[in-house]
Amino acid sequence: MTLFRGRRILAGAMTLVAAAALAACGSKTTDENTSAGVSADVSGDTVKVGLLNSLSGTMAISEVTVRDSIMLAIEEINSAGGVLDKKIEPVAEDGASDWPTFAEKAEKLIREDRVAAVFGCWTSASRKAVKPVFEKNKALLFYPVQYEGLEQSPYIFYTGATTNQQIVPGLDYLKAQGAKSLYLVGSDYVFPRTANKIIKAYAEANGMTVLGEDYAPLGSTEFGTITNKVKSSGADAVFNTLNGDSNVAFFKEYKSAGLTAASMPVVSVSIAEEEVKSIGTQYLEGQLTAWNYYQTTPGAANEKFVAAYKAKYGADKPTSDPMEAAYVSVYLWKAMVEKAGTFDVEKVREASDGITFEAPEGLVTVDGATQHIAKTARVGKVGADGLITEVWNSGQPITPDPYLKSYPWAGGLS
Amino acid sequence: MTVLIGQLFTGVSIGAVLLLIALGLALTFGQMGVINMAHGEFIMAGAYTTYVLQQVITAAGWSLLIALPVAFVVAGAMGVLLEILLIRRLYARPLDTLLVTWGVSLILQQLARDVFGSPNVQTRAPDLLTGNIALPGGITVANNRLFILALAAGAVVALTVALRVTPLGRRIRAVVQNRDLAAVSGIPTARVDRMTFFIGSGLAGIAGVALTLLGPIGPTMGTNLIIDAFLVVVVGGIGQLKGTVIVAFALGVLQASGEYLTTLSVAKVMVFIAIVAFLQWRPQGMFTLRTRSLA
Repeated sequence: MTLFRGRRILAGAMTLVAAAALAACGSKTTDENTSAGVSADVSGDTVKVGLLNSLSGTMAISEVTVRDSIMLAIEEINSAGGVLDKKIEPVAEDGASDWPTFAEKAEKLIREDRVAAVFGCWTSASRKAVKPVFEKNKALLFYPVQYEGLEQSPYIFYTGATTNQQIVPGLDYLKAQGAKSLYLVGSDYVFPRTANKIIKAYAEANGMTVLGEDYAPLGSTEFGTITNKVKSSGADAVFNTLNGDSNVAFFKEYKSAGLTAASMPVVSVSIAEEEVKSIGTQYLEGQLTAWNYYQTTPGAANEKFVAAYKAKYGADKPTSDPMEAAYVSVYLWKAMVEKAGTFDVEKVREASDGITFEAPEGLVTVDGATQHIAKTARVGKVGADGLITEVWNSGQPITPDPYLKSYPWAGGLS
Repeated sequence: MTVLIGQLFTGVSIGAVLLLIALGLALTFGQMGVINMAHGEFIMAGAYTTYVLQQVITAAGWSLLIALPVAFVVAGAMGVLLEILLIRRLYARPLDTLLVTWGVSLILQQLARDVFGSPNVQTRAPDLLTGNIALPGGITVANNRLFILALAAGAVVALTVALRVTPLGRRIRAVVQNRDLAAVSGIPTARVDRMTFFIGSGLAGIAGVALTLLGPIGPTMGTNLIIDAFLVVVVGGIGQLKGTVIVAFALGVLQASGEYLTTLSVAKVMVFIAIVAFLQWRPQGMFTLRTRSLA
């Protein structure tokens, strides 16, 4: 074999691989130019609802737990008599961690199965993909995960935290602890970039300095340089918006560089109990997270929820914030439907304002204007057992403010 | 200054990982002209071997040490199987080896998903390797990175000795220089190919063990690394151990300096531009094998 021939072959080979990768990325679009809503099929003695989660692919680890807790809520409601004397019939679809698939399956649930509401989605990318589908068909989505805010849709109920219920309280906590400087580390996509814009605006208004901001591609596992930069910056704390597996590599590198929760704490906003278990408790012990709910949150409603979940899925399965928000979503929808006296989407939306529910995280209230819910903010510390224990809470539910209108420093953001 | 030395060490450690991955590839690509896209999945096999051993042997230090030879044999055996079943039928068609091994890599990824589940798994690192050594001046050197560096150095030395001293090594070199002449001289080239594939794939297994110290273990971990490894082999000069070593470290340091001065994505682009520029200047790579082959 000559060397030159080898090189030409390799070049051709790489072109082929690149072309195949591009082809795989090409997205399918469905455009049906109907604008009329499809009403749910409620002729029988059951009412269908859609469950739209990634049951395969890279997000499956997180989203399967959400599907499980939605199923738990449906079972509980059914055994208590159902909604408007109808039993709930779940129709589960797999979004496969692929945003165009999410849009396709949403369309299918709404138009073919004629569900009364859909519960699901996790990443902001999947939510952005299904948003036009729900708006076009005038159907309802309940979205249970914290997100970057700056969004509002008449056909989506956001039951996870928006930024003023998670990121801003997390920053308030750091400020109260005396942190004067921050380093921002995140994955390179919409959620971290938007979140960091908000954090920088907050820091500027509150006399904190942001010493650096670094992004790693989703799935990246090389954190040597970022850890070096973080370490030499001497920041008081790190704000971490990394998603998924990158956290594993980041925290391993962090520990081996000699950085600890005592020397430079990390506040994370997308690591919950399930992720702590898979990253490894020894790398996370003592680090901070900001959420609205932990498995350890006190209260009778949570004791009941945790016990029911473990009885159904196994004693070693932790509960987490997005799972709790998903569980609560089903009950909120039930309350809205019962108040409206019908499954009709527009009437359900009108009835939503002021609906309350004694959730595992404490009392939550639906804000009809923004279709977000008032939630209590919490900061917690990872313990040696892998569970997260609260070190601070906001004392009362915080009114959702997705566009941060009540914060003067956030003026230029939306 | 502290940062500079820290970054230099980061660059060298990125280089060590690249070297471990590229070493086996350089061997199989140089020897047989086979573009083995399944090399990344052999790395994955090595990583999962470590994971499985850790389920059995709970002392993390021991399971890691035992994983090294076991992963070498497991990945090596997979390589030999691939060679016997498919590649040996395709020696005259290098481009077809690419497509076939790519197919194999997809099958292996799915197999890993079926066996270990699609969520990534973790191993526990021995306590000794989670800490660091503090040098004067506030410089810290991570133990796991040192271990990987030592592993890469060990692999290079072992491979060099094997190629220079052992009869098998002499045969491998003979086949690389002129396959036909080697064949008529009585060297069983088919058997030499198989042994080369065993060693090359086994080295991927060792790389897999090393990677468990750095990040998650998952079905797709190999695909992220395979392109970088090919770049090292091509720039280093195909079939050249010396070139592979130098280029792996050079790219590591270049990547680390780029990352420090700009961002991760921009650094990646810088490295690609540097490679393209280099190949314009020296299309044959850094080192060229003087060969009497007529092919």
